[in-house]
Amino acid sequence: MFIIGELINGMYQNIGKAIVEKNKEVIQKCALEQIAAGADALDVNCGTASKDPVLDIRWLIESIQEVSDAPLSLDSSKPKVIESGLQVIKNTPIINSTTADPEKLGVLLPLAIKYKAKLIGIAISAKGIPQNKDQRIELAANIVATASEMGFPLEDLYLDPIVLPINVAQAQIMGILECIKEFKIISDPSPKTIVGLSNVSQGTNFRSLINRTFLVMAQAFGLDAAILDPTDLQLMEGLITAELALNKQIYCGSYLDAYKKK
Amino acid sequence: MAAQQILEKYSGVVSTVQIGATAGEGGSRKSNILIGGQNTMPFLSAEGQIPHKPVVAFEIWDTPPLEWPKALLEAYGDVVGDTVAWAQKAAGDFKAESLCLRLQGAHPDFGDKDADSEVKLVSKLLESVDLPLIVLGSGDDAKDNQVLPAICEAAKGQRCLIGSAVSDNYKTLAAAVLADGHNIIAESPIDINIAKQLNILISDMGLPLERIVINPTIGALGYGLEYAYSIMERARLAALAGDKTMACPFICLVGHEAWRAKEAKASISEFPLWGEDVPRGVLWEVITATALLQAGGDLLVMRHPLAVEKIKKYIDNLTQK
Repeated sequence: MFIIGELINGMYQNIGKAIVEKNKEVIQKCALEQIAAGADALDVNCGTASKDPVLDIRWLIESIQEVSDAPLSLDSSKPKVIESGLQVIKNTPIINSTTADPEKLGVLLPLAIKYKAKLIGIAISAKGIPQNKDQRIELAANIVATASEMGFPLEDLYLDPIVLPINVAQAQIMGILECIKEFKIISDPSPKTIVGLSNVSQGTNFRSLINRTFLVMAQAFGLDAAILDPTDLQLMEGLITAELALNKQIYCGSYLDAYKKK
Repeated sequence: MAAQQILEKYSGVVSTVQIGATAGEGGSRKSNILIGGQNTMPFLSAEGQIPHKPVVAFEIWDTPPLEWPKALLEAYGDVVGDTVAWAQKAAGDFKAESLCLRLQGAHPDFGDKDADSEVKLVSKLLESVDLPLIVLGSGDDAKDNQVLPAICEAAKGQRCLIGSAVSDNYKTLAAAVLADGHNIIAESPIDINIAKQLNILISDMGLPLERIVINPTIGALGYGLEYAYSIMERARLAALAGDKTMACPFICLVGHEAWRAKEAKASISEFPLWGEDVPRGVLWEVITATALLQAGGDLLVMRHPLAVEKIKKYIDNLTQK
């Protein structure tokens, strides 16, 4: 499982404050904590606290790159902010994210190709959030078709079925899980699959438990990557144990520690 | 239309272990050997890098191996009674790249030699022959815990490969190997879960994973070879997928297992239809070795000089550019 740590996001109070005050240490500590907890990459999002995200995303990236060479995921709905980040990023970047809208794809796919970035494509369009599995697959197939036409390597494409809160869209959860499996057969080579995990538990009283349960189920459907809070120890232990059951890790007495040595 | 070649690409790499240290490196070996370092399955050089060929070490003993079959003993003649002469013959006549000394004579049931006399032997061996050295204990845990740390100290700086650490008895040897700059053999009983756990336990003691060589325990042809093969292949695939705790090179005690097989050691007088002793035994060792090379074996410990010769040719053929 490719794990992208979600905690460097201006919508969190401590990070928002650090962005405004340009307090590098807070950002660097948050980056290192996530990596120590098992993150393979870090999501970077200025949030609404930032008055000038085009500049602030660079400051965030440069602050993190002083202490770590982990790959970074540029999280913004504005292509200008993403391009600004791409110009200073050192390791393979991840663009988070494009929708299935032609105008978004038309801008972000060329950027991803130019900067050899991975690209997250969300099964959503200007028409709104899909209401069932078929709509999700149709949107995902549009993304794959456009990427393929433009020559973007499909193994670097991460498709997100868009996870909805369980208290809002209970009836859709199973369809979302099935999409994880079905996205893989849209093309050969297969695109990869990803979820923004925390959405599933928005507004509930048992966020960690719901995240953990959904993640393990998504893993059983073949999920390749997730954006999540790696410092949630029980979440990570559930993830590692699910990889054992899926025969992706070799069992041994200290398998939890072994995962961190990998 | 030309067929498209499908190539696998792996993210992990097997660690490189150096056995033997030259004068410039603090030892007195003429040269060192490197094993591991590959990022693909055996001999698939189109898929990745295989920087080092598999290596064969000659097995020698500290005591005459009286129970070895005649076909083996005749290959060496009188020198099997004198470890140093045996080593020199392997290095000279048979152009050995490395030696594996088994301290069988330290075993309470096979002579019970004490640590002092084994230290003297190893020191003399290191003076007389300048090949990289592997040292195996007697297999008796209590005795090995006395003898092997003394050997580690006596061979300090020579960067030997010393074994075997097992899951019930690894601390004493791991500490000695760590202190004196050697590499360790981690042995598991054809059990991938124990192999992984033992590597973690040893690395938790401070000995880096890059100084561990896995002895997965093998079976000879007809005696569990395919089981050993599948364990090694699975461990290697995990290593190439990025599991660092499995990314150690393999040592396979081929001669030890192959020459225990009845088909290898029985004389023609017992089984006239089985053919001549020597070619049959040699073939048994060779076929066992070829399969283990294909499973990912990096360092093979072998016994019959003719079998070693054939295996080296096999390795050369498969690694020709």
